[in-house]
Amino acid sequence: MKKLAGRFGGTASSLLITLFGLVLVTFFIGRVMPIDPVIAIVGDHAPEDVIARVRQEMGLDRSLVVQFTLYVVHLLHGDLGRSVMTSNLVTEDIARYFPATIELATVAIVIATLIGVPLGVLAAVKQGSRLDQAIRVFCLAGHSIPIFLLALISLLVFYATLGWAPGTGRSDVGLEGMVPVVTGFLTIDAAIAMDWDSFYDAWAHLVQPAGVLAYFSMAYVARMTRAFMLDALAGEYVITARAKGLSAARVIWKHAFGNIAVRLVTVLALTYAGLLEGAVVTETVFSWPGLGQYLTVSLLNADMNAVLGATLVVGLIYMVLNLLADSAYRLLDPRVR
Amino acid sequence: MLTRRSLLSATAASPLALSLALGASSAQAATPAGVIVMAKQIDDVVSFDPAEAYEFTNNEVNGSVYRRLVSPDHADNSKVVGDLAKSWTISADGKVFTFTLKTDSKFPSGKTLTAEDAAFSMQRVVKLNKTPAFIITQFGYTKDNVDSLIVAKDATTLVMTLPTAAAPSFVLFCLSAAVGSIVEKATVLAKAVGDDLGNAWLKGHSAGSGAYQLTEWVASDHITIDVNPNSGIKTGARRISLRHVVDPSAQLLMLQKGDADIARDLTPDMITKVKGEKGYTVTVSGQGSSMYIAMNQNVPELAKPQVRQAIKWAIDYEAIAKNITPNQWVVAQGFLPPGLPGAMMDKPFKKDVAKAKALLAEAGYPNGFEMSMDFITAPPNGDIAQAVQADLAAIGIKLNLVPGERKQVITKTRARTHQLAMLVWGTDYFDPNSNSQAFCENPDDSNDSKLKILAWRSHYVDKELNDMSLAATKELDGAKRIQMYKDMQVKFAARAPFAMMLQQISSAAMGKGVSGFVIGQLPDFTKFADIKKA
Amino acid sequence: MSGVLNRAWLLSDAPSSRSQAAWGRRFRLWQDFKSNKIAMAGLIIVVVLVMAAIFAPLLATFDPSTQELTNRLGKPSAAHWLGTDELGRDVYSRLLFGARVTLGMVISVVLMVAPIGLAIGCIAGYYGGLADTILMRVTDVFLAFPRLILALAFVAAIHPGVTSAVIAIALTTWPPYARLARAETLTIRNTDFIAATRLTGASSARIVLRHVMPLCLGSLIVRVTLDMSSIILFAASLGFLGMGAQPPSPEWGTMIATARRFFLDQWWVPLMPGIAIFVASLAFNLLGDGLRDVLDPKQR
Repeated sequence: MKKLAGRFGGTASSLLITLFGLVLVTFFIGRVMPIDPVIAIVGDHAPEDVIARVRQEMGLDRSLVVQFTLYVVHLLHGDLGRSVMTSNLVTEDIARYFPATIELATVAIVIATLIGVPLGVLAAVKQGSRLDQAIRVFCLAGHSIPIFLLALISLLVFYATLGWAPGTGRSDVGLEGMVPVVTGFLTIDAAIAMDWDSFYDAWAHLVQPAGVLAYFSMAYVARMTRAFMLDALAGEYVITARAKGLSAARVIWKHAFGNIAVRLVTVLALTYAGLLEGAVVTETVFSWPGLGQYLTVSLLNADMNAVLGATLVVGLIYMVLNLLADSAYRLLDPRVR
Repeated sequence: MLTRRSLLSATAASPLALSLALGASSAQAATPAGVIVMAKQIDDVVSFDPAEAYEFTNNEVNGSVYRRLVSPDHADNSKVVGDLAKSWTISADGKVFTFTLKTDSKFPSGKTLTAEDAAFSMQRVVKLNKTPAFIITQFGYTKDNVDSLIVAKDATTLVMTLPTAAAPSFVLFCLSAAVGSIVEKATVLAKAVGDDLGNAWLKGHSAGSGAYQLTEWVASDHITIDVNPNSGIKTGARRISLRHVVDPSAQLLMLQKGDADIARDLTPDMITKVKGEKGYTVTVSGQGSSMYIAMNQNVPELAKPQVRQAIKWAIDYEAIAKNITPNQWVVAQGFLPPGLPGAMMDKPFKKDVAKAKALLAEAGYPNGFEMSMDFITAPPNGDIAQAVQADLAAIGIKLNLVPGERKQVITKTRARTHQLAMLVWGTDYFDPNSNSQAFCENPDDSNDSKLKILAWRSHYVDKELNDMSLAATKELDGAKRIQMYKDMQVKFAARAPFAMMLQQISSAAMGKGVSGFVIGQLPDFTKFADIKKA
Repeated sequence: MSGVLNRAWLLSDAPSSRSQAAWGRRFRLWQDFKSNKIAMAGLIIVVVLVMAAIFAPLLATFDPSTQELTNRLGKPSAAHWLGTDELGRDVYSRLLFGARVTLGMVISVVLMVAPIGLAIGCIAGYYGGLADTILMRVTDVFLAFPRLILALAFVAAIHPGVTSAVIAIALTTWPPYARLARAETLTIRNTDFIAATRLTGASSARIVLRHVMPLCLGSLIVRVTLDMSSIILFAASLGFLGMGAQPPSPEWGTMIATARRFFLDQWWVPLMPGIAIFVASLAFNLLGDGLRDVLDPKQR
């Protein structure tokens, strides 16, 4: 027990150090950006006295060390500062944009799992067959197509030509702001408000970008499932089960699949972490008001408080998911212990 | 609250169709009745406070949310007509302006706009001293003298005394700018925090007497304005929603699908296509923005006048405008684009490779040279820059293109580290002085200069043009003043390190049944009140 | 020498020299690989791409930078096989020259990433202790960073272009290599053979450089091949977001970015480079997948 606590303390401290490094690097990037943050606020035409005053107000006339220390002190008080672009507190902005990204990534991982895992199992069971090959090419294609191209093609086909899917954005204009914000997840909030029009609308807008994102990650999920399954199917317990005359389906799903479930969960956790940041391009093409878009826009406008805050959140989530996957793996897989 | 039954009957069908993977395409969607949806890139907005707003979208919205004392006469752009002001008088020495206000303009609160509100708004601009304040403070107002120089004599009389005399047309055009918007004093002061004069609140709210009021702004997402029931201005729509859509293709799709009523940022090719289709209307308007190439004078090659002229003679202006930017940019070679008072309509330059080569040889560079050119990445700038690159290559100048985000390129040119830079300049207000000052005035070329605009940024020191520009602001005779600007532009074309190339044309496409949208030459001249949907 | 190409010699059960054994192993791997049709397809496409890049000036029908403003956005035709772009340039010729840019970027990234990852991983793994802690923390920081954002920030900080894009991609790609190299080093470090080398009095630097690093190289190469396609996609994404190669460079992602506006009406203009990226990326994926099968039979 003591050992476990010690290990936890160790991980927590290394997490903190990594976070600190993240802040430091992001802060440094902000300072070397060739964009004058003052110009980003006051604009191109501002007179010199206005520029000088705003520079002072923003504390940019102080030394870098002072600026960084101040930022860290504020950070420790939970204050991420104010975004220049939106003039909101960065924490407010993150609370607004992050759920959109989570919603997108979550639906994407669900789709990827629902399709990728059965495909992987199928490929393993039919190893070497034409079906296996077809699945492999299908998955590799998903991993080879530039996500922005897939997004554009998808919009062209499903929205512009067929009219099956609604366009870009998170909801229809008329439904904008109709649902009271409870969780920030539009799909859930609409259900809570029992507003079924908004509910359908939210899902309709979600399916297309999530599908695009899912196809990309599905390849990895299917690939890992196949590898784990092959491993499991060759295991002694499966051979024993087979020898006992159990049905093929039972052997595959109960014995073999049950055995790889844990490892699969860790893969999914890591894929999920990847999706959170992989959403940047998808969000751009679909005008999805998520954290990825927020980060990109802020970055190109030298809105450093926003960039720092959003990077910290994404980085933290990534690290936590990694840690969880890691510990789950350690706890449940005796070979890694 | 919106009633949304009407609009949903159509759109709700699409997710079902999708989930069942049926081929039936959803019915044509439509925006709600009385609501106009405009697809536009709106991430430029920083604040809606008229004392601070200085970008395109916020000024455009404020044009329908606030009213000003005067506005340019659209029939004759060298004249000014009253907006809130019924009439005005100017003292013989040109220093005292007395405005008599109309009594029919009301704020959403129901209160009538008074001279007290007007005086407060002007004082507020000067005291806050945000970016656009210079349009007012350039006449000599400071936070110490403004309370005594701009005063409300009674509810309908506003007296503005200038510290020093200036051309009356110059003063009036500046008052017609967005920064001259009149806010409701009582409302703004009630929301003030500390000594911010309501600035924090006005960033995302409004207190104007225009046709609309600002309901909601979510940065880089949407802006919603609803009708001001008390304005007395007839409106075609009760709500206008501006949606942030970056991709022109997405904007066009929304228009075609009926998800948007107006698309603002279509590409030239899309505009051409939409023009030919039934049901769509395209509205076009010349803008106050110019695209030009700045040549930094601290680069030895560019300091030679022949090189500057050679570059001007090398560019194929017509080919660029005709092929790359139809409906978007047209050739304009003066520092005042057509539509602005004093504009130069002549186009002295056209592509002449032989002449340009001769000029280069005369300058001592018969074999040309290599040089970098910064430009802002947003389309179609990249295409134009590449066309310029090819044109200059033809006379032996090898251009290395250096693209960057807008703010990045501006930061660089402000640091004066560019060589050539292809830039866009939008006039600040409707008076010729805005551009003439920017392009010609550079009284102090040192790093501590108080005036660091375009001439300074390219180390361009031209005493004659500098003094002419200053003299024009004092000229009391309107017609004489306009002639001064025309003369300046001839000299400018012959020697300045700026190759003026194009004037922006703004086009918007209206969907089926939508009408009444007219784009103004400056953002705040655009009015939303007449937009309506059948 | 004729024996080298002799099948029997290669497949001999009792090789008479170390090199014969090595060649024999390689030959068997090659035969394995050859039997994998999908992987072979990948290899062939990669070879064709490389050829296209090398012989681009011979294969191109036009100068890739010659503009013809009156013939913009042309449909594929006899003169312009894949149409013309927004400045009237021949898309087919640009794609050919674009292969040079794309492959060049991929190779540069690999040449930067592999040594850095190898060095950091081996040093951390071999020396352990403080060096390990510090280096792995740094690696963690870079791993936790949203990749694309880090790259975007980096490119924006210098200035957009092929060189900065390559450095940016390398900057965000090395951490997994460092981890891999460290893991390998940890197992190698404790082998008898390293212990024996140490006893002969070899310096640590020499051991790391001469013995540990070469042993880590194998797994690294597999990983690199598998990463090729993601590097292509990464470069294209940067180009698409306007932060990669810059116009008039015919880099494929940049071509899509500048032609994206025409997607609805002149869809072939952005689609052609899109297909090129897809094919190149898929080829490397197929190849990498096949290689992994051959080299790591457990995952087959």
